Amino acid sequence: MWKRFSSNMGAMVGVVLLLAVIVVALTAPLLFPNGPWQMVQRPFLAPMAVDGLPLGTDTLGRNVAAQLAYGARVSLLVGLVSTLVALLIGVPLGALAGFYGSWVDEGAMRFTEFFQTIPNFALAIVLVAIFEPSLASITIAIAIVSWPPVARLVRAEVMSVRKREFVDAARLAGLTRPRILLTQVLPNTVSPIIVMASLMVATAILLESSLSFLGLGDPNAMSWGYMIGAARTVIRTSWWLSFFPGIAIVITVLALNLIGEGLNDAFNPHLSRRRARAGKEKA
Amino acid sequence: MSTTLSIEHLTIDLPPGADRPHAVDDVSFAIDKGEILCVVGESGSGKSMTANALMGLLPPGVKVRAGRALFESRDILKLPEAEKQALRGARIAMIFQEPMTALNPLMRIGDQIAEVFAAHDRFTTAERRKKALALITEVGLPDPEKIIRAYPFQLSGGQRQRAMIAMALALEPKLLIADEPTTALDVTTQAQILKLILDLRDRRGMAVMFITHDFGVVAEIADQVIVMREGRVVERGTAARVLEQPEHPYTQRLLEAIPTGKLPQARAVPQEPALEIKALRKTYRTGGGLFKPVREVRAVDDVSLTVARGEVLGLVGESGSGKSTLGRTAVRLVDPDGGQVLVGGTDLAALSEQDLRAQRHKVQMVFQDPYASLNPRQKIMGALTDGPIAKGVPRAQAQSRARELLEIVGLGADAAERYPHEFSGGQRQRIGIARALAMDPELIIADEAVSALDVSIQAQVLDLLRDLRERLSLSILFITHDLRVAAQLCDRIAVMQKGRLVEIGTVHQIFLTPQQDYTRQLLAAVPGADWADSWQQQAAGA
Repeated sequence: MWKRFSSNMGAMVGVVLLLAVIVVALTAPLLFPNGPWQMVQRPFLAPMAVDGLPLGTDTLGRNVAAQLAYGARVSLLVGLVSTLVALLIGVPLGALAGFYGSWVDEGAMRFTEFFQTIPNFALAIVLVAIFEPSLASITIAIAIVSWPPVARLVRAEVMSVRKREFVDAARLAGLTRPRILLTQVLPNTVSPIIVMASLMVATAILLESSLSFLGLGDPNAMSWGYMIGAARTVIRTSWWLSFFPGIAIVITVLALNLIGEGLNDAFNPHLSRRRARAGKEKA
Repeated sequence: MSTTLSIEHLTIDLPPGADRPHAVDDVSFAIDKGEILCVVGESGSGKSMTANALMGLLPPGVKVRAGRALFESRDILKLPEAEKQALRGARIAMIFQEPMTALNPLMRIGDQIAEVFAAHDRFTTAERRKKALALITEVGLPDPEKIIRAYPFQLSGGQRQRAMIAMALALEPKLLIADEPTTALDVTTQAQILKLILDLRDRRGMAVMFITHDFGVVAEIADQVIVMREGRVVERGTAARVLEQPEHPYTQRLLEAIPTGKLPQARAVPQEPALEIKALRKTYRTGGGLFKPVREVRAVDDVSLTVARGEVLGLVGESGSGKSTLGRTAVRLVDPDGGQVLVGGTDLAALSEQDLRAQRHKVQMVFQDPYASLNPRQKIMGALTDGPIAKGVPRAQAQSRARELLEIVGLGADAAERYPHEFSGGQRQRIGIARALAMDPELIIADEAVSALDVSIQAQVLDLLRDLRERLSLSILFITHDLRVAAQLCDRIAVMQKGRLVEIGTVHQIFLTPQQDYTRQLLAAVPGADWADSWQQQAAGA
């Protein structure tokens, strides 16, 4: 598993990039002990214009590098926690629906569809607006809009696994249905869930950025989306204010996508080998 | 006779890290016009690889290393892709084991045959249709006008294979490669398809390369035989010579492993019943809507039978005869519509889910597919102890029993700490048997338990079951489509057809004095039946 994953160039690039972002996020208080909000120089300093401010300053004279580092904390935190919450909702619901079928399935799926009929982003905006913007409310809003695909995926996986003969064998062994679901069926659905989760973290980071861009972010937390939103009016005179947070988002999301794809190939070696061959033939 | 295909010193490389360096190692053979060459071997012997190399259909990572394949005085292994494509279908055609996956499910049969002509730019649309119709008639499909408009899912397995053959014959190929074309079919259907291939060979004079693992099939159709093992040809010769005087020990072993019609000594079986099935019914309803009538299939239709304690009862029938449904209903994996399943005095069919769970251990099942019947994410120990622990056996005791059972089925106690993927198909089936035994059942239902295995492995698993039958005085309901296998293990045989029990009797009664036409048909359809008899007599004489 790890051998196949580590032999995937793209995935390893993703891991390195993501590790870099994590290290920056973790060491932000050490690198920039004064925090992201303190004014350090005159406003609109271009990158490299003054020693110690490699990325310049923003409209209020704050250090862009410090803002980026603290923004990484917010983005990663929101991405990870909201994905976890979405899994906590989606996996049990999908598993129950797929395993028990009949009215449990009907009920769970109609409930899921209710969320799927509302555009994700619109729902997230409404939720944040109702709850007052804070890190917690943003995280929960993102989780609430992103669990339905998880439930659908888990349901489909469970439905296919529960027809396998080893599940019949477990029934014959006299195991209870909940126990069969937990010990026999769910462990066989883990790989697609992990792949999906890694991609969901990326989506969640994008959602958080978009919300902050619209001014619906936590006013007490520096985030990449907020930086771009604030720099939007001066984009022609001070490009660096929106460029660097934009790059940060691109790198993080790209890294997560590469990792997700690498995991997918590692879990499904059959497909990945075919793809490698197709690539070679094209070349 | 002129040679159609001649293969010289063919060697095919496997990707690095495989279990051996060459899939096919220095193989040479020739097929004459109008001759049927059977390539026989167990799975992994490289027989399919040889065929795929000829068609240019080798899987990724597998490459032809050396050798020539002369067809119409050209080396087809070295042709550029475009010329290979022109050759495929037109001069060399291939039919596969599973016709359902080889046919396009969204295209009508007629269109698929016509497409073969279209791909090679032959004829006009109207002519193509006419030709397709003629081919469908030639391969003996009933009601050609209707078949031409049918989709693959509307045909039975045998009809699909006929449709595949029609497609293969479309451009009058010189060489037909048949890769286990009858393995997925019922015996009676298999007999028809084999006859069809023989007929077509006679009428068209094509050369046929027929890949199979079944010596019964070889006895039916082969002119020449080569036996392959681990990529090498171990024996070659005319069919009569190889079947009657096999020289290589491997061929001899394979021939001995074949379950034949030889009837074992009848055993005295006590009359105390382990399982009584009374008037069991199960009907499947599909479809049905506002304007469509519900389609009813009576999978099990008023069946009553008894398995005595210590007896092995064979349940034989073709696919769709309801034999598997009967087995699954008897263990309540499927709920019956009516009737009783009595095990030790309890009616399993009438129990509630919760009461049933406490009784589950009394009847256990060994499944067909050794790859699907073990949880890939659970160690063998878990698979063997989950049930007993749920039943209330202390963990330590269940574990020591599991190790003991692994020894009994011939795997060794250290197998317990490994995962299913580390075992071969035959070993997994042994684990499946150990799992069933772990519950101390009164009856084991084996649903096609040896059908997915190679003959020599099949023989080993049958030996194990026979041994267990003696040692533990097991009662087994042995479900199989293969009469030869049933004859080897069973005390009595029950024959099912279309959900009904047609005939039941001791092995000797069923084989020697069958009462029903259907039973006689089944017996006659067993491939190589005549040859097997003579082989047995010869072996007995020697």
